[in-house]
Amino acid sequence: MSDLEAFRKETRAWLEANCPPEMRKPSRGEEDTCWGGRKWKFQSDAQRLWMQRMGERGWTVPEWPREYGGGGLSRDEAKILREEMRKLGCRSPLDSFGIWMLGPALLKYGHEEQKREHLPKIARGEIRWCQGYSEPGSGSDLASLQTRAEDKGDHYIVNGSKIWTSYADKADWIFCLVRTDPKAPKHEGISFVLFDMESPGVSTAPITLISGSSPFCQTFFEDVLVPKSNLVGSLNKGWDVAKFLLTHERDMIGGMGTNSGGESRSLGQIATESVGLDNGVLADTNLRGQIAALEIDAWAFRLTMDRVGDLVKTGKINPAASSLLKYYGTELNKRRMELVMAAGGFDALEWDGEHSHEGRNARAWLRSKANSIEGGTSEVQLNIIAKRLLNLPGV
Amino acid sequence: MALVLTDEQTMLRDTTRSFLGKNAPISHLRQLRDSRDPIGFSQPLWKEFADNGWAGILVPENHGGLGLGYVEAGVVMEELGHTLTPSPFFASAVVAATAISRAGSDAQKSAYLRKIAAGDLIATLAIDESPKHRPANSAMSAKRSAGGFILEGSKSYVVDGHVADLFVVAGRTAGSASDTKGITLFLVDSKAKGVRAERTSTVDSHNAARIAFDKTPVAADHVLGEIDNGWKPLDGTLNAGRAALASEMLGAGDEAFGRTVNYLKERKQFGKLIGEFQALQHRAAALYCELEVTRSAVLKALQTLDESFDGAGPIVAVAKAKAGQSATLAAQEGIQMHGGIGMTDEFDIGFFLKRVRVCQELFGDANFQADRIARLSRY
Repeated sequence: MSDLEAFRKETRAWLEANCPPEMRKPSRGEEDTCWGGRKWKFQSDAQRLWMQRMGERGWTVPEWPREYGGGGLSRDEAKILREEMRKLGCRSPLDSFGIWMLGPALLKYGHEEQKREHLPKIARGEIRWCQGYSEPGSGSDLASLQTRAEDKGDHYIVNGSKIWTSYADKADWIFCLVRTDPKAPKHEGISFVLFDMESPGVSTAPITLISGSSPFCQTFFEDVLVPKSNLVGSLNKGWDVAKFLLTHERDMIGGMGTNSGGESRSLGQIATESVGLDNGVLADTNLRGQIAALEIDAWAFRLTMDRVGDLVKTGKINPAASSLLKYYGTELNKRRMELVMAAGGFDALEWDGEHSHEGRNARAWLRSKANSIEGGTSEVQLNIIAKRLLNLPGV
Repeated sequence: MALVLTDEQTMLRDTTRSFLGKNAPISHLRQLRDSRDPIGFSQPLWKEFADNGWAGILVPENHGGLGLGYVEAGVVMEELGHTLTPSPFFASAVVAATAISRAGSDAQKSAYLRKIAAGDLIATLAIDESPKHRPANSAMSAKRSAGGFILEGSKSYVVDGHVADLFVVAGRTAGSASDTKGITLFLVDSKAKGVRAERTSTVDSHNAARIAFDKTPVAADHVLGEIDNGWKPLDGTLNAGRAALASEMLGAGDEAFGRTVNYLKERKQFGKLIGEFQALQHRAAALYCELEVTRSAVLKALQTLDESFDGAGPIVAVAKAKAGQSATLAAQEGIQMHGGIGMTDEFDIGFFLKRVRVCQELFGDANFQADRIARLSRY
């Protein structure tokens, strides 16, 4: 038996012994997600146990080094772990911006002390992070951000405001872009800092979206003290960290192209229930064509995510490929949600109540509109592709 | 299997690319068209192509081929799409070679495959009878006679039909149009009694023909596969052809796109390179994404044909549909972004639009493939 086969066998046995049965039921999406953190209230003992057991093993972040709380697995081993979890139907033990975004940035840009301090807490679900990037006046033009960090000797004093900070009201710490040199060209005066959301002077206000939910906040900083040891990377070089981290965010959001928003029926099934079949084909032939076209694109896109993953392994890939995934995946998801609504008809319009699972489809449809805005709009992604992949001339 | 070409496949791509770039660029197609070449492709070039082994990519080694797979055949098709080189590769080395090597008896394989691999015999599939590809609707009559069968009827848009030596013909031995049961495949010599080929002049200046069968006798040992059960090998053969056409369209789309992006970097209007205009940048970037997504589907379809031939139908439909859409978009955007010069016959970009239109129709356009996907999912 090869090492990988042995690993697969051990992994399956461990998962079978340690994943509580409740954590093997299909996730209903957002409501079943475990985010961890100081303020987290576990949905059940099973959720807590599952997170803790996986966290102790480092399998919440399987490919991170062991000394920072990770599983120390190779890429192939991590793939086996994902496959075995899928086979058993195991839910993700922990999801967080710490895992998806800050962790990879700290591994690349953080100094030793920062890695030892923050990474294990992310891996074990002890600290929940939020991202302080956009500002009321700086959306697509992120580098124009105005939140100031003034040098006060051994610390900075931060003043300003961030917007679209996901779950800022539930997060424990923030990773934040601040201006440290107001006189430098806009990309060259930005730094990347970390601080505790319980620091005096930090306050948050949730923003209600068209979907009725409030995943985002506006966050205010008034004379917030940030120790200089919390600077990640070099002073005024925060834009490099930001760009690196954005590619991770884009991969994450782009992956939503295959997300069903909690709806377990396929588009074909939803439409069959609502408009019926005529001689074995959907009675609404226009809708049928649109659904098939979407499924073709979605299939080809899933393969593209696989192919980009394979290309990453060979090292033959331009980092701007994440813009392709982000653009295509989010536009695809919006198209899918439009079809979920068209196929669902009146049923999909319900906003509350059990029949519609609290308006699940309508809310997911509305939420999907943000996919092509957050993490860099589709238009910004196309700019990046034009510039970095096609080398088109530009301003 | 990783969705990337192996080193050997990459090498094959590079060799084919340099061979075609040197010997058969678009000017080659133009010259064949303008001289109204009676053959429709260059025989010396095809011989050289075969001598390089490429006509035998799908032919097993014991029949004189290279015994490689659909990924390799697709690599060559993609390069043919870049140069739009007319050649019997698709009809003979991919489609007919697939039909004969998968459904043929030992005697049939021995009789034809070695010649196909050597480029000495051109074989082609005669399937369509109506203006749209509807293979199950094959109605051509194949009546039993003393020594075998008598074919009566005609087939349209037979690729390389007027220069083919051998036809793989779908005839109806039972059932009626739209029944998949009752179709039988026959191997018919182009010189057989009653066979008449009429070359069809087509928009893309590639070969196609109408083939009439007037009481053509076919001996019983020229049935390919089983009587009445020709659908399965036919469907498999069509899938192989579809994946090959998807590869060709990917190549043609990629080439049209590359030429267009280069033009955006050269052409000036309003005192600027037109590639500086965001209206064009975004369209070029979106098109790039479509082509990259298509590439994933095409490669997966080819790999699936190699790994589990009979299960490749759905992913092949995805690849053919996606390639048809993306390459069409690339050709259309190519003309538009080139502006007036893109409309001239002197400029090459129009050739891509023409060829992609033909590849769309062959073996089923994007709508046909989408219908297959919907049927497989029962909606």
